Formats: sequence, C-alpha cells, structure tokens
Amino acid sequence: MMNSYSGFGRIMLTIVTAMCLRIAPWPGFLSGINPDWVLLVLIYWAIAVPERIGIFHAWTVGLLTDVLTGRVFGQYALAYTLIIYFCLILHKRLRQFPLPQQGLFIFFCLLFSQILLFWLKNIQHPAQLHTSFWLPIFTGTLCWPLIYTALRRVRLSRRNK
Amino acid sequence: MAIIASVALLIAEHQSHRLDALRATLSVIVDPLKYLVDLPTVLIEQTANSVSSYSTLKKENTRLREEQFIDKTRLLKFDSLEKENIRLRALLENSFKLGEQLLIAELLSINTAPYENIVVVNKGTRFGVHPQQPVLDANGVVGQVFRALPFSSEIMLITDPNHAIPVQVNRNGLLTIAVGSGQLNRLNLPFLPNNADIRPGDLLITSGLGGTFPSGYPVAIVDNFTPITNKPFVNITATPKAMLDRNRELLIVWSDSSPVSLSSPPASHEKTSETPANSPAAESSLIHEAPKGKRAGTAGDNKSTGTPAETGRSNQSTENGLTRKAPAETDNDE
Repeated sequence: MMNSYSGFGRIMLTIVTAMCLRIAPWPGFLSGINPDWVLLVLIYWAIAVPERIGIFHAWTVGLLTDVLTGRVFGQYALAYTLIIYFCLILHKRLRQFPLPQQGLFIFFCLLFSQILLFWLKNIQHPAQLHTSFWLPIFTGTLCWPLIYTALRRVRLSRRNK
Repeated sequence: MAIIASVALLIAEHQSHRLDALRATLSVIVDPLKYLVDLPTVLIEQTANSVSSYSTLKKENTRLREEQFIDKTRLLKFDSLEKENIRLRALLENSFKLGEQLLIAELLSINTAPYENIVVVNKGTRFGVHPQQPVLDANGVVGQVFRALPFSSEIMLITDPNHAIPVQVNRNGLLTIAVGSGQLNRLNLPFLPNNADIRPGDLLITSGLGGTFPSGYPVAIVDNFTPITNKPFVNITATPKAMLDRNRELLIVWSDSSPVSLSSPPASHEKTSETPANSPAAESSLIHEAPKGKRAGTAGDNKSTGTPAETGRSNQSTENGLTRKAPAETDNDE
C-alpha cells in the first residue's frame, strides 16, 4: 500500500533491537516476565507492511532467535512462521481494529506461540509447567501499545521526509 | 513450506548432531548481539575500576598479595604431596592422572531463557572449547559446557534441573549423584537410603565417575538431611560451593589427560600457572580438538610422557578425544 518507503534496513534495525531486549539481563523477577519482543516487532511489521515482511523473513528471524537463545533448531522458526501467517492473512482487518482489540489478538498470538513452544519442549523431554511460564504473554500484551506507537513512529518518520 | 522446513529442522536436530555446523554459522551472525548486550555491564565495570580510589586499590592489592602468599605456601606442599602420590601409585601399579589445562572465560551478562540455569561465556570453539567440558570457578564446580559456538559457549550449571553430577562424600568416600534443583543455591541428592552415612556439613567432591568431571573438585556442602520414614530414599539437599550467581570469571577445564608414565614420574610433571597456554597435560587428545599454534606447541614437549605400553587401558580413550571414560574411572576404584 502506501508504505513502500519503509526501508528494509529500518525493519532489520528494530528486529535487532528486539533481539537485544530478548537476551538482556533484566534484574530479578523482570527476567521472568520478559516478553517475546522479537515476535511482537515481527507482528507489527507484518500488519503494517505485509508486502515487505513475509513468511520467509519470519522463518529466518525465528531461526536466528533459536540460535540466539540456544533452543532446539526450528522451534521459534515454526512458531513465528505460523503466527506471521495468521497476521498476513488478517492484516487488513487487524489494521481497522482499535488498539484494545488488537491487544486481544496479540494475546492469543502470544498464547499460541507459548503453547507451541511448551509442546515442542515437552516432546523433547518432559518439561515442568510453571505458572510463571505464562507471565510473558500478559506483559507482551501490555507492551503492545508501546511497541505499536514506537514502531509507528519509526515507520512514519521516514515517510515525512 | 517454511512450516515443513522448521519441522524438518526440529526432527533433524532431535535425531542427530549434524546441524551443529549450521548452528555455528548462524551463531556468527547473532553472536555480536550477545557482546552488544554485554557491553553496558563491561563499561560499568571498567568505569568503576577506573574511578575506584587509590586506597581501595591498595587495600585490595594487599589482600590479594596475602591470599597469593597463602596459596603459594599451600601449593609448595601440594607439589610434594602430588609427587609422593605418584610414587605411591607407582608402587601400587596404578596409573596417575595429570593436572588439567585451564582456560579463563568471562561470563556474558545475557539471559537467554528464564528458569533455566544456563549461562553464556565469551570463549568458544575458536579457543578449543568443546561440549561436555567441565567448568569450575575458584570455589568449586560450576557446570559443564553444553553447547560450544565459535565465539561463545553455553554452560549448563550444576543446579539446572536437567543436570546431574556424580559426587562423593569427602569424609568417607560414599558415592552418589547430585541433581540440580533449578534454584541457584540448592542441589538434591535423591538416591541415598535412609541409613546412609552422610550428615550436614559434609563436603561433596566430584567422584570422576562418568568421565565428564575430573575427580576431587569440591561441589557442594550438605546442609539438610531429613529421613522420610516410609520412603526408601532420604531427602538430602546441598549448597553448591561455587558462587554461581556472583562470579564473572569461570575456568574451562581440559581433563582429557592420559595418565603419567610411572617409570619417570618427576620428569613428566611440570606445574605452570599461566592460562590459557599452560599445559601440564596437553596430549594427543587435546591436539585433535585444539590445533592452535600455542597449544600444539606446548603439547609437543609433553607428548612423550604418555607411554602407550604402560597405560594401555586408557589409550583407547585418548584416541578419540570426546569419549572420556577410562582415565577418570580407573583412577578411583578403591
């Protein structure tokens, strides 16, 4: 649509920042509720510029996240691919949603990704389910308005020039 | 397409280790991020160092000098004891294991996954680090290398729920296994019967069984012993000796050393204290994995010490560097 200006480099930069936030050493209990920044940023770009961010990008970023966080190969790649697929299908509708409604969608995206990750982990070796395992979903949903406004600014600042 | 690809990757990684090369390549792309995230911590530390006052530095210097003095005096005795040990083992016709080679690695302050006791350090396969290497700090065993990437490696701490370390009670030699609890200050010893001779305050050391950890390093101190009347096993917890949440420097150990030739024990053993180039025990197994100039060079001097005829049983293990069994296990059967 109108966003063909948004440079790819800019998108990459935000994703790299998200990756840094993902592995940053948050103090104390904050590290337990650290949301999946990379996925949130990917979702934003998939909704905002679907012609630039595709399934392949999501898969590559997921693979890099796997390496970065030392998970089994393909775990995040699979989760990100599926979620970005939904986002790409629904992007026109999602853009019309008010922010709270988007938040609900994000909540279910994060929930889906977390369930998928847990399921994959459980296949490899039986894992224990902690209550705090679900906390990043809530913080991620709460962070969505923040990410939305910040990335929107990043996207539009370029266009105004 | 991408879904199929990721599922294929998941299965492939689950089945085998063939994807390690791909992971190493990709890690070269993302590893700079780890260093980037670590940068603020390093900067803060450096600034703190550069602005710390003269008196503090002086005090620290004095303290360190005293510590070094004490340690050196202890080492003097250790040296003679070690030689005596070699002689005695020669009398018993038993093989003796050499000291280990060390490499100092620094922790990167990043957090890859919450609720997992895995840390990342700044030394990787470029320094010859390989999976399953034991990692120590000044106080005790920290964990083992879980995955080695070119520029960093992941270390699983002994307190990780998926980690178990074979230990021995220092007081009486009782063998058992310490399993991680998920909390940084606790290990569980789930496999001891109610009447086991173990009590709070006992020091647990590595037994060397299993072959990953060299024997004799302190692991933890038993702090709780609660017999459960109707269960066969007792509930024992221990506190790790290593400062798992405070140290930034860790030691990665090469313990794949073949036993000393018993005919000439004194000549074969040299204690040097530098890292990483010190190699009291660099032999063939190490050269396979770390064909770097400095290490291979020092290894050449000591190569003659592992006489094949005398230490036949341990030779198979040094052929292929990764299967480490014989030297560690045969040493402390008694």
